Amino acid sequence: MTAETKFHHGDPLSDVKPIIEMRNIEKHFGRVIALAGVSFDVKPGECHCLLGDNGAGKSTFIKTMSGVHKPTAGEIYFEGKPLHFEDPRDAIAAGIATVHQHLAMIPMMSVSRNFFMGNEPTRKVAGLSFLDKKKADAITMEEMRKMGINLRGPDQAVGTLSGGERQTVAIARAVHFGAKILILDEPTSALGVRQTSNVLATIDRVRKQGVGVVFISHNVRHALAVGDRFTVLNRGKTLGTAKRGEISSEELQDLMAGGQELAQLEGSLGGTV
Amino acid sequence: MSNAAQPTAKTDERIKDISAFRKALIRPELGGIVGTIAVFTFFLLFAFDSGMFNSQGVMNWSTVSAQFMIIAVGACLLMIAGEFDLSVGSMIGFAGMMIAIFSVTYGWPVWLAIIITFVLCTAIGALNGWIVVRTGLPSFIVTLAFLFILRGFTIFLPQVIERKTIIGGIIDVSEGDWLAPVFGGKIFGGLFTWLADAGMIATFERGTKAGQPVVDGIPMLIVWAIILIIFGHVLLTKTKFGNWIFAAGGDAEAARNSGVPVNRVKILMFMFTAFCATVFAVCQVMEFGSAGADRGLLKEFEAIIAVVIGGALLTGGYGSVLGAALGALIFGVVQQGLFFAGVESSLFRVFLGVILLGAVILNTYIRRMITGER
Repeated sequence: MTAETKFHHGDPLSDVKPIIEMRNIEKHFGRVIALAGVSFDVKPGECHCLLGDNGAGKSTFIKTMSGVHKPTAGEIYFEGKPLHFEDPRDAIAAGIATVHQHLAMIPMMSVSRNFFMGNEPTRKVAGLSFLDKKKADAITMEEMRKMGINLRGPDQAVGTLSGGERQTVAIARAVHFGAKILILDEPTSALGVRQTSNVLATIDRVRKQGVGVVFISHNVRHALAVGDRFTVLNRGKTLGTAKRGEISSEELQDLMAGGQELAQLEGSLGGTV
Repeated sequence: MSNAAQPTAKTDERIKDISAFRKALIRPELGGIVGTIAVFTFFLLFAFDSGMFNSQGVMNWSTVSAQFMIIAVGACLLMIAGEFDLSVGSMIGFAGMMIAIFSVTYGWPVWLAIIITFVLCTAIGALNGWIVVRTGLPSFIVTLAFLFILRGFTIFLPQVIERKTIIGGIIDVSEGDWLAPVFGGKIFGGLFTWLADAGMIATFERGTKAGQPVVDGIPMLIVWAIILIIFGHVLLTKTKFGNWIFAAGGDAEAARNSGVPVNRVKILMFMFTAFCATVFAVCQVMEFGSAGADRGLLKEFEAIIAVVIGGALLTGGYGSVLGAALGALIFGVVQQGLFFAGVESSLFRVFLGVILLGAVILNTYIRRMITGER
């Protein structure tokens, strides 16, 4: 068992089968080779960080995982079976939820209306189907309390929440609607220190519920705070996967930058990046 | 793995408690409520003796307000879904003309003419919506095109067919029709006769109608307005579809990501707006007994003004049907009230402009408080 930190409590089971396994994924856009053989898997209850600098292929890779792109070559196994997603809806139906950086929250709508957007609970009154607002409100308050967000009421608009809280609502929503794999695309990149710590705490909480989290970031410190495994992408290839405790932040940083330039740069910056 | 049960019921010191009164006050309709109170106070003070608040006067401004309400409900839902329809006024003229041509010129039964017109107009609404979602063009432009296209046909068709721009005689052909009274009739006539007999409302003193009440029933126009307001309000706030309307207008992309059929919602709202315009047109044609090529001119702007006074956001995603109804009421009361108060009618526009500006400023302030926009 690795050391507990503020954002990491307990290890995932090591001998479980991965929920999704992607082998030697390649993706070509015309003459551009965006992915040149990426292997990646996610187990239940772990946070697998996908690190890489801008242009490394992170976005292309998660879009392949969430069904937006079809891979040019390579295999995807979902719960042991080979799988081909035709479009993002297939991936969502299978339990792969993506929380985008500019997320699927509508600021002018209430938290409760946002939470159930597209999945509204209904009840029948005299043969007509009405929104079950009471149920929606109760579930929203409950889920928000679990995530450590105190709402004034379910009618509070999402626009009044901070960026970190909005991320948390989006994550809570994905988990509530049965996500097995949660892909978080740079969830902390636009956030302040305190909001970042809220999101990292949320990731830890979700992970412990048995959801496999894919955490995409180029911030090594955020990744190390919460991740169980770390895969580094560089120029469309995986440079390897390391377990928690096996790799230091300097080594990760080095891999991401793809070599020596950063070492020199780091020297001149005095270890600030 | 120790501190599993953390205390969760801590409150955030940065969320201020809000009193129940303030909470009840901060709602999208507040601008409309304040405006309504202001307008009624004004006219009660300055026009009380003018006959504006006797039965005839009330019926007068209620009818005018109801006209605005009918088109405002459609415009409101469409605006919340993030789109405009500038072709409402032309649609009113076009629908009225179609009924006249079908029933008077072609001699079809009036009920068939009404039904065919409804089908035709909602189909044009659907075409509007389809073009908007397919091309991604602003609905402002697409419906502006239809403003001209429909108005053009409304002038062209009667000239070609009847060599005139007004077709009359609808009252004669709708005699005994079963559907026509649903739009042109009046209800509760007995109640008003009873009220007149009891001396509660005025009666005609001479002429052929002597002894009959001056107000002989509630026009179906008002009934339609009430039905549409209730329908729109329930649809928007109490159903799943209402949530989709807000979502489609709030952020179409985010809504699509969550599985909301945004295109379908928008097209249906264009159809509903066209439906409301047709209701207006049928009521008007049944009341006047004729269809004119210039009917409904500028109605699209009056509908949009009522909706905006009622607290809806022009860019979509926020608003209230009840607010829009209050906006329409303000509009109607001001328009008729200034007449009762004996104010020069050109000042109507000044008054309207002031109310529009005041309501929008108040609404923006309230909306920012609710949604946390900055």
